[in-house]
Amino acid sequence: MPAPFTLRFLNSLSRTGWIAMALFAVIALGVLPALHLFVPEGSPLHVSGFVITLGGKLMCYAIVAVAMDLIWGYAGILSLGHGIFFALGGYAFGMYLMREIGTDGSYHSHLPDFMVFLDWKELPWYWAGTDSILWAAVLVLVVPALLAYVFGYFAFRSRIKGVYFSIITQALTLATMLLFFRNETGFGGNNGFTDFRRILGYDITSPEMRVILFGLSALVLMLTLLLGRYLVTSKLGRVLAAIRDSESRVMFMGYNPLHYKLFIWTLSAMLCAVAGALYVPQVGIINPSEMSPANSIEIAIWVAVGGRGTLIGPVIGAALVNLSKSYFTVAFPDYWLFFLGALFVMVTLWMPEGVVGLWKRIRTRRAA
Amino acid sequence: MNAVQQDIGADANAPAVGHILQPGLDISHKVILYLDDISVSFDGFKALNKLSLAIDAGELRCIIGPNGAGKTTMMDVITGKTRPDSGTCFFGQTLDLTRMSEPEIAHAGIGRKFQKPTVFENHTVFENLELAMKMDKRARVSLFARLDDMGRDKIADTLRLIRLDPEADRVAGLLSHGQKQWLEIGMLLMQEPQLLLLDEPVAGMTDEETERTGELFKSLAGKHSLVVVEHDMAFIEQLGGKVTVLHEGSVLAEGNLAAVQADPRVIEVYLGR
Repeated sequence: MPAPFTLRFLNSLSRTGWIAMALFAVIALGVLPALHLFVPEGSPLHVSGFVITLGGKLMCYAIVAVAMDLIWGYAGILSLGHGIFFALGGYAFGMYLMREIGTDGSYHSHLPDFMVFLDWKELPWYWAGTDSILWAAVLVLVVPALLAYVFGYFAFRSRIKGVYFSIITQALTLATMLLFFRNETGFGGNNGFTDFRRILGYDITSPEMRVILFGLSALVLMLTLLLGRYLVTSKLGRVLAAIRDSESRVMFMGYNPLHYKLFIWTLSAMLCAVAGALYVPQVGIINPSEMSPANSIEIAIWVAVGGRGTLIGPVIGAALVNLSKSYFTVAFPDYWLFFLGALFVMVTLWMPEGVVGLWKRIRTRRAA
Repeated sequence: MNAVQQDIGADANAPAVGHILQPGLDISHKVILYLDDISVSFDGFKALNKLSLAIDAGELRCIIGPNGAGKTTMMDVITGKTRPDSGTCFFGQTLDLTRMSEPEIAHAGIGRKFQKPTVFENHTVFENLELAMKMDKRARVSLFARLDDMGRDKIADTLRLIRLDPEADRVAGLLSHGQKQWLEIGMLLMQEPQLLLLDEPVAGMTDEETERTGELFKSLAGKHSLVVVEHDMAFIEQLGGKVTVLHEGSVLAEGNLAAVQADPRVIEVYLGR
């Protein structure tokens, strides 16, 4: 007798897992927002808008890292172009944010400023309906998913694997970046979208809106972790891990790896897109540099640092690398990339299982 | 008598003049695997050269031959990994293996054990068997699939058969070489194939393990058909089936082990000129 779904869902996390999740929910959805909104600014307990925005950003990165880990750590597909899905999600929601500016732009036109600047008289067809937040949400999910599905279908059907796949994803994100750099593409060229004003009529920089976006990011991160947990403990997850370890053996058992890979690949892209859509209103800008190949490589580094093949590892990795990035790019702006490269080399050589692996090793050594 | 026959008004007592093509494996003519005139070449090297071979349903066939005789390539052709340049390859009367993909062939009922034991080293012994179990293997089904009691029992039976029940929750990478071979045989059985292709199944096993493997294979013959590629002559003698000798991509000799070993051509191939 198979257990009902709710029970299976509850069993997907351990007791400690649920406690940690609840604790995170209380802090991210209750404590931090309250300290930001209701504690006066002078008080030592006040949480500044900077912290809220930084936290929201980090959680978006963490979602991307978990999405990356689902395909890399669990299915063995290393994508070095995941930034493209993040950016597309950001652009899709950015279109809505641009439309919400209304006639408050520098040129007081109903068109976004960059279109006025290009002397365009009306919106291109693909901007149709983007004044609706619901349609924007549909675009956020569908456009990256479609791209991932079509790209994945051809790549996986041709059995492109390993480093060849990684290189093609780099090319994909680079090519798309170059496309978005062009003004004629209709997404603001190299300036991208910025100067957002409102979401659903409410001021985007208000503390309330900040807290809502922060809370949404936390919620999506938690859902992503739960979904990830369900997936990796399902039979599908075990088949994916088997494909990672020996694809031909899986085929001789009667599985068709194409559909398994396509599913997790497309899902991963959609998670990245949602993260991108949450990220853009919080940082206030999206431009083609989000699609630069280096950005996508950085995502892989977050996962490697945190620990591949675990779900909490990528979250830790994304937070650690980005916090040190914030520090390094201010303290030693010229050396950040050297540091990042060195970090990657060191992690690969001495911490192949990342921070989580290191932690596990310390614990078993203590126990021994 | 089925509905279609009724529709066309066939008399149940009339002699059959043809039969309706049924999906799935058809072994009505006693032959389960039929290779005819198969050639495969890699960069001019003929790995298989007009190879013809027929395996009967329920048969236990041993295939021997020196290195490079084409034994593994033959298995690759049967399982769809390699496409032959020419020739036909049928599973039963109706399934053309040269037109099927690897997963399709596996579904049709051909299971393969590789020369190098390939178990999933990061999965437990139990999970290895679960993955191999015969069931709907589409992605959308796997997403919600849950192991039922019947499946659990089947895995438990197989665990006992391959004597790995104490190791069920161990990660397969920690098993000994012989145990991995047994696990792979167990995985093959979980697939419930009609035809088992076994590439050097006892390599690296102790004498005792080898003998037990022989017993297992003999008990499987009849219900399943087995094709065993081996170098271990004592093991082949134990199995006692018909032996086919491959040499340079085609069949050199066929018959029982004693007859084959006495064949001067076989002696020449094995001992050199």
